[in-house]
Amino acid sequence: MAEEVKTGSPVVQKDTPDFSNWSCPLPLADYPTIVMGHGGGGKLGNELVEHLFLPAFRNPALENLGDAAVLDLPAGRVAMSTDSFVVQPLFFPGGSIGELAVNGTVNDLSVSGAEPKYLSTSFILEEGFPLAQLAAIVDDMAKAAATAGVKIVTGDTKVVERGHGDGCYINTAGIGVLRPGIQVGPHRAQAGDAILVSGTIGDHGMAIMSVREGLEFESQIRSDCAALNGLIADVLEAAGGAVHAMRDPTRGGLASTLNEIAQSSGVGMEIDEPSLPVRPEVQSACELLGLDPVYVANEGKVVFFVAPEAAEQVLEVLHAHALGREAARIGRVTAEHPRMLVARTAMGANRVIPIQIGEQLPRIC
Amino acid sequence: MCLAIPGKVEEITTEGGLRVGRVNFGGVVKRVCLDYVPELEVGDYTIVHVGFALSKIDEETAEKTLADFREMGVLDEELGTEEEAFARAAAAPQSACPDGSCSN
Amino acid sequence: MKYLTEFRNGEIAQRMAREIHQITTRPWKIMEVCGGQTHSIIKNGIDQMLPAGIEMIHGPGCPVCVTPLELIDKALAIAAQPGVIFCSFGDMLRVPGTEGDLFQVKGAGGDVRVVYSPLDAVELAVKNPDKQVVFFGVGFETTAPANAMSVHVAKRRGLKNFSMLVSHVLVPPAIEAILSAPGNLVQGFLLAGHVCSVMGYWEYPPLAEKYKIPMVVTGFEPLDLLDGIRRTVVQLEAGRHEVENAYERIVTREGNLPAQKLLGEVFEVTDRAWRGIGVIPKSGWRLNAEYRDFDAEERFHISGIHTEESPLCHAGDVLRGAIKPAECPAFGKQCSPRHPLGATMVSSEGACAAYFNYGRFLSAEELAGAGSGMTGAARG
Repeated sequence: MAEEVKTGSPVVQKDTPDFSNWSCPLPLADYPTIVMGHGGGGKLGNELVEHLFLPAFRNPALENLGDAAVLDLPAGRVAMSTDSFVVQPLFFPGGSIGELAVNGTVNDLSVSGAEPKYLSTSFILEEGFPLAQLAAIVDDMAKAAATAGVKIVTGDTKVVERGHGDGCYINTAGIGVLRPGIQVGPHRAQAGDAILVSGTIGDHGMAIMSVREGLEFESQIRSDCAALNGLIADVLEAAGGAVHAMRDPTRGGLASTLNEIAQSSGVGMEIDEPSLPVRPEVQSACELLGLDPVYVANEGKVVFFVAPEAAEQVLEVLHAHALGREAARIGRVTAEHPRMLVARTAMGANRVIPIQIGEQLPRIC
Repeated sequence: MCLAIPGKVEEITTEGGLRVGRVNFGGVVKRVCLDYVPELEVGDYTIVHVGFALSKIDEETAEKTLADFREMGVLDEELGTEEEAFARAAAAPQSACPDGSCSN
Repeated sequence: MKYLTEFRNGEIAQRMAREIHQITTRPWKIMEVCGGQTHSIIKNGIDQMLPAGIEMIHGPGCPVCVTPLELIDKALAIAAQPGVIFCSFGDMLRVPGTEGDLFQVKGAGGDVRVVYSPLDAVELAVKNPDKQVVFFGVGFETTAPANAMSVHVAKRRGLKNFSMLVSHVLVPPAIEAILSAPGNLVQGFLLAGHVCSVMGYWEYPPLAEKYKIPMVVTGFEPLDLLDGIRRTVVQLEAGRHEVENAYERIVTREGNLPAQKLLGEVFEVTDRAWRGIGVIPKSGWRLNAEYRDFDAEERFHISGIHTEESPLCHAGDVLRGAIKPAECPAFGKQCSPRHPLGATMVSSEGACAAYFNYGRFLSAEELAGAGSGMTGAARG
């Protein structure tokens, strides 16, 4: 299946999926677009399950096709998370809504200190949505789930009338098992903690911008969308209780995440702007549109709040992992100016970085 | 009211009667209308605002300005006292009136 | 990025700041006119690097702050109409009108789109012949050439479904209005570098002479700003009042002649209401008779708008430097970045938003004293 994304075009033209691998592709091939019946739970809906979802997600829990998936979980505490994905465009450089849907929930569980195990997925599709695009999205989800080592065990599909949805919305919910002895939480950051980020910031948001109608530009920027459970597992194994808090800085970017944790923990934070890892093209794209990388979304990064004596060790572990090569120590938690994020600029002066109100918009001023 | 950034002209064509360039801003390329700076050629640097080139960057002047900036403050004799004063100022909390409207 | 990054060198910036410290012997109040300069000053912390005696007053140089309320209300009315694609720069989306903002109109089903360039709006008109595409053409002289070209292209292509809601404002009349206002405290100006790249700076020497105020054409990066401030201080300390160009790599005395030519063909001078300041005669541009067909105010006869500034909002007094944000009774109470009453709280360079975000950085005691005329000596 063609994966090339044409930069500058908001909708990617994907080839028709290769139906020859599917057990009985013919019924689907008769319907190149989604119709209301696909959400009706009747023959058409069943065909979607049999010929699209099942082959892609393949696992015993799913194949039982019960109203609920019955799962075995080890004894202990369980974490659960849910998220909905409404990104436009659906396909962008470096990823798609499908990958986001899987990795987003995997990551929410992981930063809570849990090992992600099982996901559910619900689709809300717009009448007229091309089946080829749905197949591509599902394929992306299957691959993302396999990479993350999680299983998609139950799901649902609904169809809304043309004009009442943006093509495809996805919700995923996930269950993970909490690692014994690990206690992380947004309220646990302490004065003196080192603030580490696992890699470059702003990649995802600017990848989306690069294909957004009215703002598009040519670049090599790709979304950093990735499952972080492996990386986080390595860090927790090495540093254990020295990790006080973690979060993935998605919507609102690094600045919003740091502000949120500062609020929850009742502490202040100081970051050193020159130490923030930003890809040159991401910086350039931000300059072009008047955006600040600290507010731009990420989909494959973690911020760690770590006891200072463990910071070097955690950095080493991060650098040793494919997703953490550009990890950096960017600041510290402080008892001063509680609930406020302050950055030391390249000029050596200080600026307060407030929490973002609404979406960051390109500016001319 | 003036977010304009420097970029390098990589290609010049005509589109819809307008002279248009592909301009490279540090790795990000955008199509820019060059009609207002007709002397621009491939390889030149220009300042761009909302998709329009407004001025060619005079590279010689730019280099000279930078050189002048680099010279500044380098030959200070009494670096010691000024350094302390500056360090104190830099360490001070932010201005009480960042909007500058305090009246003295 | 070449010709950008080099002008952000922290080490050179600190040395330049030191120079300013060495040459400053008296307090001075300097205004930067351009919102982009304000943004850079705040983002980089330039004002912290200056000696305590130098105060930067943030001027009304941002289209967000000065676009008349009535025009915002017209924009909201047009954007809410079915069959309209309303295009705007991102800056304008959260500026409050009498009731709501463009973002809310979008939320209610209006087709409001952010574009990078007015030419993108023209393209949308070509691609959507069954819709009326309206572009919100606000800004200073920097943006006017782009808007002029876009309307010119629309006319040349015979587009019937493109129009522009125009509110251009001009810097020299604004400066004159500030300098001639009773109780003016501004002693020096940083002129807007990119405005000057279009218009040149030949309009300013008469003003500098009339009001005995030094004016320095200044860029936007930290080193450019520090250089502009330094040159202004040098003049102030020496009692000079000339116009200087500190942005020579971009700006020439005559400016961009091709741009000025098209501006003359498309626009004509008009009186403009500046939000919070009032009408400044001959301070704006509107589409002239040749291009009046493309004026959205003519195309959409909007009536029945009841324009009313929030009685609680004192943005105008803040813009003129008459009061500090903390002295506004609504500051931090009914008015905050999350629920702005006026433009100075919406825009990130607005004085009220800046003070709201940075004022919190002060200790509680200092804040308590901040509303009652703190002197410079109390800082640091």
